Amino acid sequence: MWKHHAKLERHSLLLIIGILIVVAIGGLVEITPLFYLESTIEKVDGMRPYTPLELAGRDIYIREGCYLCHSQMIRPLRDEVERYGHYSLAAESMYDHPFQWGSKRTGPDLARVGGKYSDAWHKDHLINPRSVVPESVMPPYAFLAKKDLDYSDIQAKVATMTKVGVPYTQSEINNAKADLEAQADPFDAGGTALKKRYGDKVAQRDFDGNPDKISEMDALIAYLQMLGTLVDFKTYKADAPENLR
Amino acid sequence: MQQSLVKEGGAPLDAVILLAFTCLGALGALLATAFSADPLFRFHGYVFLIAFIVAAGVLTVGISSGRFRGDPKSYEDGVIRAGVIATMFWGVVGMLVGVVIAAQLSFPRIFYFPEFGWLNFGRLRPLHTSGVIFAFGGNALIATSFYVVQRTCRARLAGGLAGWFVFWGYQLFIVLAATGYLLGVTQGQEYAEPEWYIDLWLTVVWVAYLLVFLGTIWKRKEPHIYVANWFYLAFIVTIAMLHIVNNLALPVGLLNHRSYSLFAGVQNALTQWWYGHNAVGFFLTAGFLAIMYYFVPKRAERPVYSYRLSIVHFWALIFIYIWAGPHHLHYTALPMWTQTLGATFSIMLWMPSWGGMINGLMTLSGAWDKLRTDPVMRMLVVSIAFYGMSTFEGPMMSIREVNALSHYTDWTIGHVHSGALGWVGFVTFGAMYCLVPWLWKKDRLYSDRLVEWHFWIATTGILLYITAMWVSGIMEGLMWREYTPQGFLANSFVETVSAKHVENIVRTIGGLMYLTGALIMSYNLWRTIRMPSTSKEDSAAALPAMAVAS
Amino acid sequence: MSPRETDDVSGVETTGHEWDGIRELDNPLPRWWLWTFYACIVVAIVYWVLMPAWPGLHGYTHGTLKMSDRAQVVRDLDALKTQRSAEGAQLRNASLEQIEADPKLQAYALAVGQSIFGDNCATCHGTGGTGGKGYPNLRDDVWLWGGTPEDIQHTITVGVRSDHPDARFSQMPAFGKDQLLPAEQINDLTEYVVALSHRPANAGAVGRAAPIFQANCAICHGPEGKGDPTKGAPNLTDKDWLYGADRADIHGQIWNGRGGVMPSWQKRFDPETIKALAVYIHANAAGQ
Ligand code: HEC
Ligand code: HEC
Ligand code: HEC
Ligand code: HEM
Ligand code: HEM
Ligand SMILES: [Ca+2]
Ligand SMILES: [Ca+2]
Ligand SMILES: [Cu+2]
Repeated sequence: MWKHHAKLERHSLLLIIGILIVVAIGGLVEITPLFYLESTIEKVDGMRPYTPLELAGRDIYIREGCYLCHSQMIRPLRDEVERYGHYSLAAESMYDHPFQWGSKRTGPDLARVGGKYSDAWHKDHLINPRSVVPESVMPPYAFLAKKDLDYSDIQAKVATMTKVGVPYTQSEINNAKADLEAQADPFDAGGTALKKRYGDKVAQRDFDGNPDKISEMDALIAYLQMLGTLVDFKTYKADAPENLR
Repeated sequence: MQQSLVKEGGAPLDAVILLAFTCLGALGALLATAFSADPLFRFHGYVFLIAFIVAAGVLTVGISSGRFRGDPKSYEDGVIRAGVIATMFWGVVGMLVGVVIAAQLSFPRIFYFPEFGWLNFGRLRPLHTSGVIFAFGGNALIATSFYVVQRTCRARLAGGLAGWFVFWGYQLFIVLAATGYLLGVTQGQEYAEPEWYIDLWLTVVWVAYLLVFLGTIWKRKEPHIYVANWFYLAFIVTIAMLHIVNNLALPVGLLNHRSYSLFAGVQNALTQWWYGHNAVGFFLTAGFLAIMYYFVPKRAERPVYSYRLSIVHFWALIFIYIWAGPHHLHYTALPMWTQTLGATFSIMLWMPSWGGMINGLMTLSGAWDKLRTDPVMRMLVVSIAFYGMSTFEGPMMSIREVNALSHYTDWTIGHVHSGALGWVGFVTFGAMYCLVPWLWKKDRLYSDRLVEWHFWIATTGILLYITAMWVSGIMEGLMWREYTPQGFLANSFVETVSAKHVENIVRTIGGLMYLTGALIMSYNLWRTIRMPSTSKEDSAAALPAMAVAS
Repeated sequence: MSPRETDDVSGVETTGHEWDGIRELDNPLPRWWLWTFYACIVVAIVYWVLMPAWPGLHGYTHGTLKMSDRAQVVRDLDALKTQRSAEGAQLRNASLEQIEADPKLQAYALAVGQSIFGDNCATCHGTGGTGGKGYPNLRDDVWLWGGTPEDIQHTITVGVRSDHPDARFSQMPAFGKDQLLPAEQINDLTEYVVALSHRPANAGAVGRAAPIFQANCAICHGPEGKGDPTKGAPNLTDKDWLYGADRADIHGQIWNGRGGVMPSWQKRFDPETIKALAVYIHANAAGQ
């Protein structure tokens, strides 16, 4: 047996092909079924793509590296369900390109933080976390409130999301900019159209309490306030066999 | 006597090709910069532009002054010397950032600067992880692989200037990634944070790296390929595969820095941790095992313990590692069958991992006395011990019930750093201590005493770091799940945050000690380089018995 | 290639290969290593039989134990419910007064309340419940919306200016920002409010502001500025300030009329939990 190995030691191409075959198998067996097995993603009501403002906020969440301290994945363990709410479903991140489950909880899980606090609290907290939670080790994000949100490319972003598989409609793509502006201003007449496209539950508010501008803070808070609020757990059959795994 | 690539008396072909490439690159960068409306993309356009212009200038001067004609009878060591310097430089930078973020978690009121949002934890942490893994570790791997492949194949590095292209192309990748993190250019997937155009650039550099490495193996004068090179090869090929698949993404525009991953949710989670875990398996393990397989027997002047063990543990390791990714996703929305595979393959990975440890440690049999006399040897051996420890801890943490406690906590961070500081860091330090006298032709290091100091300060630092993280990790894990006798959660989240304060400080001190060790080492190496050379002609750079003009 | 030879130190043969002076011994695989490896493989196989493990074209093997984390957590939570059920049922059926009158039940409610408070309320009202700027202190005897257990329970259930349809909703107008009053009058009113809280103030301004206060503010804060818990309007004559005691703070409030939001907790907690919270807040507050 040992003698046969000498072949691989003498022919670098054989060695490379051998390596490639050996390292390809595990990924193929584990990853590909996730794309075709129906049981991978639960059937739920209420999931919708992000509104343009939430999408912009999500990009800020990613840019600031919030995922390095906060998970968005509540595990089915009793203490987590009690602390954070219903365990996370695969369906809840099916439009997340990329996913933001996180791997470290320096701060609490945020999967269901939406609606838990007021916009004003989020603003206070993001500007200086220690002003509301003295023990916090979270960084201050005061600049978000000062910076205008750059949404010049929001339509391109929504269109790109469509290409990677998020089911935005053509009218959602075309109106991305208008929808974004409407959501950040409670008096904007575009609110009706926005809610027609994304549903009545969409929050239309001046999230940062500063009506003079659409700031990065507006977008980030809009995103945070939506987290975990989409799936309708009244109609979700948690104990159906296909959802148990 | 010229290489076959080189026309008699004319400019070396490799340099000319590279010059054409950099000129085209500069043109492309100029256009991209001119037409992009995206300030971040434009900034990186300028970085590319400057890099290409400088490179083109250097190449033009070099070609016209007749340099770049490599001497085929000697090894190409210039690029390795550069690699050693880059390794130490980025090592110090990456660890310094590590100390800063550790301090931020200990004293948030002092180490956060509200006016400088780009110094926030979330932006510095990827700078730290990429800095130590890709910049420090990557440069160490490239430099040592170029050294080892030449010596063990008795062949000059293939591709002429291509080796230099790999080196500088890789530094450009690091600069793009690092400045990107600070400015907020990130894809938001751990260890794969660089955006699409940086990923593409790395792909180009990596393919060149593979070709240079393979080309050298093709030119070898030894019938067999040495085991270190199996590991290097597996590392290079597999990282290419992982990098390409996990970074599949669609840019928002060709002149826009942002892109969105092709995968979403669960599928994205698994490709990410298939990538992330095997970045550990192939970058931080296979690659550094290659370093061990050359430097340990070389330094100990003893034969490798078991050829058969090399074979079995090599193939078992690379086959099994790939499967273990789901242990990063236990109890998540990833289907449970996948988690079972991840857990079981991690357990099966234990012995293949230890195969490397056995081969490394047992190679010292007959040379154990060197541990007393040679602090560099001691560093190498301690690195193997830490390797053994973290590859025992890893499979244990892969058991779902254990992971339920350790996941999301500082325990993971402790595990990471016992591997990263103890294994990756120490084996690199050991290799660099060997390389500098060999490359700069000195008969010894400037000071063995300083190596002793480095060793003890750094070892104490590691122990402080990882014990602090074990304590805080297990404590917070237990606190999160603690119930009162009435059956209600006993602790709020912020209570667990404040409970870790002391451990965070201890970790910062440990990290500072580790950094101090690296600074002492840099000083020692610098003084070694500046010592007068022992210009013995039979020194390492001469190519023994290499046939002329192949 | 060098010939196979015997290594002096170990007495083991080398393989005959040599690279840059490095040779290899031909030691066999260590026994314990090999057997431990096999043992790990056996463990893995057993695991695969018991647990969901291998994917196929249409599904995956479910394992003989039919394990499911999601089913398990439901069982665990049910067990918790059972553990709590006796007292839980008592909580549900008892009135707030009855709970407070029964030491055992009250102790239980306090434990529940404390557990919930840390992760959900302390973020705004402070770790000790002592509040902060814009977030009322729950430990004192000053209440915006009334301090009986029922008032507190109601506040927690519907929130203040929250998205709950029955939320407590009165909100102070932004007299400056919305140009309801000219800037000089707001300066005067600031002095007036300072005077209300028994501190030295500019007498002229106070005199000018008196009628303005009666016209604009008294409907909520009362003619004497003593506040009105049905409207959430604070007492302006005491030493407790929601938004701060400085002139700048007071001026800011009259100008901007902030109106903080207290979320409704009806969707997150069941009625027993809210009852327990109300008991907990009430018991830890001074007075009433
Ligand atoms: C250094 C780690 C760190 C980073 C980075 C970080 N946070 Fe936090 N976060 C914390 C900690 C610790 C807490 C808990 C204490 C507190 O409430 O401030 C927290 C709490 C929170 C909470 C309150 C959650 C709850 O349920 O109480 C929100 C919301 C939040 N963070 C959002 C963010 C966002 C958005 C970002 C990025 C812009 C971010 N965090 C970045 C550490 C961090
Ligand atoms: C988003 C921040 C926030 C959170 C979280 C929060 N509160 Fe409040 N709470 C407020 C604010 C703001 C007010 C004052 C509203 C006003 O200005 O009238 C308030 C008022 C109250 C009051 C009335 C105080 C009074 O003087 O009448 C009670 C009681 C109370 N909260 C209890 C709770 C409890 C119990 C919880 C947790 C279950 C909680 N709060 C969580 C922000 C919050
Ligand atoms: C519609 C009812 C309403 C009217 C009219 C009103 N207020 Fe208020 N006021 C409130 C409420 C409610 C609050 C508490 C704010 C909160 O809960 O966020 C408040 C708070 C205040 C505070 C801050 C108290 C503190 O503890 O920090 C001041 C000062 C104040 N009012 C002054 C005035 C003055 C002066 C006027 C007239 C110009 C006025 N208010 C008119 C309802 C009213
Ligand atoms: C047999 C070998 C190993 C196994 C089975 C293993 C297993 C694990 C497990 C279970 C985790 C925790 C995942 C989580 O809960 O989030 C982890 C994290 C990690 N390990 Fe290992 N480990 C091994 C060896 C190593 C080595 C040698 C290193 C070297 C540096 C290393 C580096 C890491 C890193 C960087 C992480 C953190 C990933 C992240 O969450 O960002 N591991 N490993
Ligand atoms: C001076 C020494 C170092 C210090 C002080 C330090 C400190 C830190 C800190 C504070 C974190 C963040 C942990 C958290 O989020 O809670 C971290 C993460 C990390 N560090 Fe280091 N570090 C050091 C050296 C290194 C080295 C040499 C390596 C690798 C070779 C390394 C690899 C990592 C990795 C992979 C992570 C991410 C872990 C995860 O996501 O689970 N570190 N480090
Ligand atoms: Ca706004
Ligand atoms: Ca990337
Ligand atoms: Cu792993």
